[in-house]
Amino acid sequence: MTPFTYVRATDAQTAVRLADSRHPGVRYLGGGTNLVDLMRETVERPTALVDVTGLSNEITETDGGGLLIGAAVRNTALAEHRLVRSRYPMLARAIVAGASPQIRNMATVAGNILQRTRCAYFYDQAGSRCNKREPGQGCDAIDGFNRMHAILGASPSCVATHPSDMCVALAALDATVHLNTAQGERRLPFADLHRLPGDEPDRDTVLQPGDLITAVELPALPLAARSAYRKVRDRSSYAFALVSVAAALAVENGTVTDVRLALGGVAPKPWRPLAAERALRGQPATEAVFRAAAAAELAAAEPLRDNAFKVELAQRTIVAVLGELAENGLAGGGA
Amino acid sequence: MGITVNGTAVELPDDPRVSLLDLLRDGLHLSGTKKGCDQGACGACTVLVDGQRILSCLALAVQYEGRSVTTIEGLGADGALHPLQQAFIEHDGFQCGYCTPGQICSAVAMIEELRRGVPSHLTVDLAAAAIPCSRDELRERMSGNLCRCGAHNGIMDAIATTYPAETHPGAAE
Amino acid sequence: MSIVDKGKEAVQGIAQAVVKKAVELAPGALLPGGRPDPLIRRQHGHIGKPVSRVDGPLKVRGAAPFAAEVALDGMVYAALAYSTIARGRIAAIDTALAEAAPGVVLVMTHRNAPRLNPPPRFLTGDKAAAGDDSPIMQDDRVRWNGQPVALVLADSQEQADHARSLIRVTYAEEPAATSLPTADGCEVGTFMGEPLRAVVGDADAAFAAAPNKVEAVYRTPRHNHNALELHAATLVWRGDELFVHDATQAVAHTAWSLAQIFGLEEAQVHVGSPFVGGGFGGKGLWPHQILAAAAARLAGRPVRIVLSREGVYRAVGGRSPTEQRVALGADADGRLTAIIHRGVTPKTRHSPMPEPFILPTQSAYAAETIALEVQTCYLDMVANTFMRAPGEAVGTVALECAIDELAERLGMDPIELRILNEPDKDPISGRPFSSRNIVAAYRAGAERFGWDRRNPVPRSRREGEWLVGMGCATATYPYHRMPGGAARITLDAAGRARIDAAAHEMGMGTATTHTQVAADRLGLPLEAVSVRYGDSSLPGVILAGGSQQTASVGLSVMMAHQELVGELLKLAGNDSPLAGLGVDEVESADAGLRKRDEPDRFESYASILARSGRSELAVESSAPMPLETMHWSMHSYGAMFCEVRVNAVTGETRVSRFLGSFDCGRIINPKTAASQFRGGIIMGLGLALMEETQFDERNGRIMTRNLSDYHLPVHLDVPEIDVIWTDIPDPHAPMGARGIGEIGITGTGAAVANAIHNATGRRVRDFPITLDKLL
Repeated sequence: MTPFTYVRATDAQTAVRLADSRHPGVRYLGGGTNLVDLMRETVERPTALVDVTGLSNEITETDGGGLLIGAAVRNTALAEHRLVRSRYPMLARAIVAGASPQIRNMATVAGNILQRTRCAYFYDQAGSRCNKREPGQGCDAIDGFNRMHAILGASPSCVATHPSDMCVALAALDATVHLNTAQGERRLPFADLHRLPGDEPDRDTVLQPGDLITAVELPALPLAARSAYRKVRDRSSYAFALVSVAAALAVENGTVTDVRLALGGVAPKPWRPLAAERALRGQPATEAVFRAAAAAELAAAEPLRDNAFKVELAQRTIVAVLGELAENGLAGGGA
Repeated sequence: MGITVNGTAVELPDDPRVSLLDLLRDGLHLSGTKKGCDQGACGACTVLVDGQRILSCLALAVQYEGRSVTTIEGLGADGALHPLQQAFIEHDGFQCGYCTPGQICSAVAMIEELRRGVPSHLTVDLAAAAIPCSRDELRERMSGNLCRCGAHNGIMDAIATTYPAETHPGAAE
Repeated sequence: MSIVDKGKEAVQGIAQAVVKKAVELAPGALLPGGRPDPLIRRQHGHIGKPVSRVDGPLKVRGAAPFAAEVALDGMVYAALAYSTIARGRIAAIDTALAEAAPGVVLVMTHRNAPRLNPPPRFLTGDKAAAGDDSPIMQDDRVRWNGQPVALVLADSQEQADHARSLIRVTYAEEPAATSLPTADGCEVGTFMGEPLRAVVGDADAAFAAAPNKVEAVYRTPRHNHNALELHAATLVWRGDELFVHDATQAVAHTAWSLAQIFGLEEAQVHVGSPFVGGGFGGKGLWPHQILAAAAARLAGRPVRIVLSREGVYRAVGGRSPTEQRVALGADADGRLTAIIHRGVTPKTRHSPMPEPFILPTQSAYAAETIALEVQTCYLDMVANTFMRAPGEAVGTVALECAIDELAERLGMDPIELRILNEPDKDPISGRPFSSRNIVAAYRAGAERFGWDRRNPVPRSRREGEWLVGMGCATATYPYHRMPGGAARITLDAAGRARIDAAAHEMGMGTATTHTQVAADRLGLPLEAVSVRYGDSSLPGVILAGGSQQTASVGLSVMMAHQELVGELLKLAGNDSPLAGLGVDEVESADAGLRKRDEPDRFESYASILARSGRSELAVESSAPMPLETMHWSMHSYGAMFCEVRVNAVTGETRVSRFLGSFDCGRIINPKTAASQFRGGIIMGLGLALMEETQFDERNGRIMTRNLSDYHLPVHLDVPEIDVIWTDIPDPHAPMGARGIGEIGITGTGAAVANAIHNATGRRVRDFPITLDKLL
């Protein structure tokens, strides 16, 4: 770990000010579950850390019937919150499908959102080339081990996936991110926060240095009370997703009246399959329609050497989750 | 203000790079907390912070100022073994013993999570106030603690016999 | 100072051939004691009781001291930098920034490392321990991607790690052999001095002529041991003596080998290793202990080295991948007419052996013709090494899947096919089996598991999304007892006994089982026996490997006990009730000696010692050469039963039930034995479904360098695992017990694969069976 200074912030404005005075090389520190690991690997080498775990850890109802989730809320606290479980079950399920209980007790909401890829070549600072870590260096994953990598939204410079489960649910739920920046406060649709790699894979998000996530807002979404999250992975627990699906489905008289879908494990960012959603709305809630919608979304897939199976797996998982929601209204737990 | 470790006040390290794990093992010679990966991937370093289980390898010690840390050395009372420690011996819930302190600390906190109604990946009914705890529920909740010797069955038996009220299938219903 | 070379392997092979010849001339007489161990018949002692681990209280409190937990005054911390090319030279190495970094005490590279003798490669001598005999940091050569190229010592681990990251190496890269097509030569492999090749009749012709046949290629990947304890050593030089607190499965081997490397007498190196946090074959002598000792000498400071998890993958070898072709021919009834098991596996020029995957096939089935061969090809990679059941773990995957495929082809029950082909003597050596009750194990296992509920038609049972199936496979692992066993018994004035042997505890329950055995041997209660082990100063050269430690120590204690009885009778003298009795006339019981057929003629140990004015009596003895394995074909066996559920949508496999039915001779401690069986099986589940070390063939770099990417089974992957055993004592093994540490991983992979085939109709021959192969 490269030496750094450490300071704790008690409120957002202070945090932003402290960060501003420590540029460049400053990073906000949440639970540390990803950043500390990357610092030990020397993938991340901040010169200053501003600890923001002392910021808001409140979950409050908004006037519109949504939820405002403080950035420092721990993952466990979010998953066990009564209103999250009843109104946004896919979010609770996505969180408990991720990592381990110990990590969920540490990780904050903002930290989870800003976690970086688990691509092995990104992590191998000493011995592998990675454009995300060192722009212009090249990518050893494209022709290497890429079973975990992206089939959608990648670029010739980077094929890494975003590893979060929670973010998949946030994408499906049309969440909004609250920011505090040197220029003041602003809001950003969650879907616009993460960016595709293009030729700048080192930039995971649209945030500028010093921008601080202060909260995540969930809109009122009655549909989400009937929602599910299904994660497919290489062992039964404590593993990153090969494919995951967050879904909410409203069916009236056999017709899909509304739907929210998001995919994990397949793209550089939490993937909102809008093509599939379009193909579902107003259509009969049948397996054939679900399959066609999934196929429509995955038509754009560009698999690599080791991950062609994800194209089929993603479609099957989408169909299964939608089928279960159509049948039961609720999706069950894991395997 | 420092950190409280097993009831004793401890000074923070000067170097903010020092993890809570290294503070315990190297600074305080509390080597019951184990380093199995230093990457947040094995659970051997699990300790309790204000009763919650965390991975001490991913925790910078300076972040835990003012918090109360309990390690395996602090679990038993007055030199006696904690009932779960005794059950691990009875049910052979370990072989080499390296993952064992982490498993035990993790299980102690897991029981509190169950009592609190924290859902897991396997929880069928998120709306239920109490969680019916099948053996698989227990396994899922302990899956953040790896064991390479393969003592999984004994660990589950030890937990289930120590906490029958919380872990009997349907007990909480 | 002997420089160990390839010649020794050849010499050892010749020596073994000579011993074999002697045994053929004089069967029986050379066997241990000439009669079975009397403890085999003992029914009401401590052996066979589920005694809880004597070191349990230490372990559950986290108080068992591991190698990285010894603190020494003035100690500094080490960090290693690893090469990033597979082959070439270090053209330049810039250590200036590292040397100037805070807290740094020393930066060691090939430029300033002390000159050392080459590490004695394991199997090249009685006490050779090194998993790799490359002269690391002795020249500018890079021999594998991940080789240590620099070592930093600093006042704290954080400082050492940071300084390590500041070292810049420039390489002159050379073409490297990092895949089989680019291998630097191939040849028939050797193992323990013997070629890995066996031929009975003309198997190729018999296979061609067989009316029923199957032929397939099975692939298993690289594996790493991944013991949860990181490799570590805390060491200090005191004058010209080196003291090492190590994590090792071979204390005596390590002490001798370090002495060779540093040009010392064996007695100048002291290796202690009381607790090892898992080994599985991976905790031997690797570059980190050698480099740390060299750096400690240069710096004049005690050193602690703990490999990072990445460091373990880089500097410590694992199991090599295999590509195995199995061809089975059978007559109309299902009797095997040909077994062909050939394949290829990579090794390095510096490792002790190729993965010997044909070993389980040598003694498996009666067949008219057999052809077995391991080709090995040389690659530039970290030295491959022993990992739990080397050979059998992956060899049974191929053989036992092929048997299942043949059973399906024949329309036979796979258990009946195996029983039909059960050999009555070793099919290759022709030796009798010492004890083989594999049929009994199958019958008992099948009944308990409910094998009769298996539908032989694949993909015939579905529960919701889940396809359910059952499979079975044979487990087998040889009985080993290596030369070098020795033990000391010390009786004290109170009649208590202490056993001393340079053995190891890495989870097997060493102290516990030997307390039980020695208590029965000496007629003592458990409380009156203690066991000291894990230190090179204790008697014996005893490897915790090959599932042989219990036999080695157990027989050594038996020999020492015989001598102890003689010494006690001498001390007893004419005033004792035992006066005039010979060794063969007495036995140990009730904390003393008594006449066998006249139990009233008894005197306690304490009384004998007191009357002779002795405060203690110590007797040390060695185990004889392992001639039993020259005379009999000796193996542990098991019948493995697996039920899986495979998700028809996602291809995910969950093992829902597993039963291991074992025939391993007498079980000394059912509690710890069950744990060992289960532990092996669980590692086998990992092998079957998820474990793989990814080796990037473009540059020879291991890319699974953490426990997130290398998947070990987690709690939720592990169902309740049922284990049963025949408990039939082996008359030719000490205590009647054969080894149990490795057999659990054998057969398991095939049992899972066969169950998956039964569930899905899919035959996956490329391991691990990840979900993408079942979509």
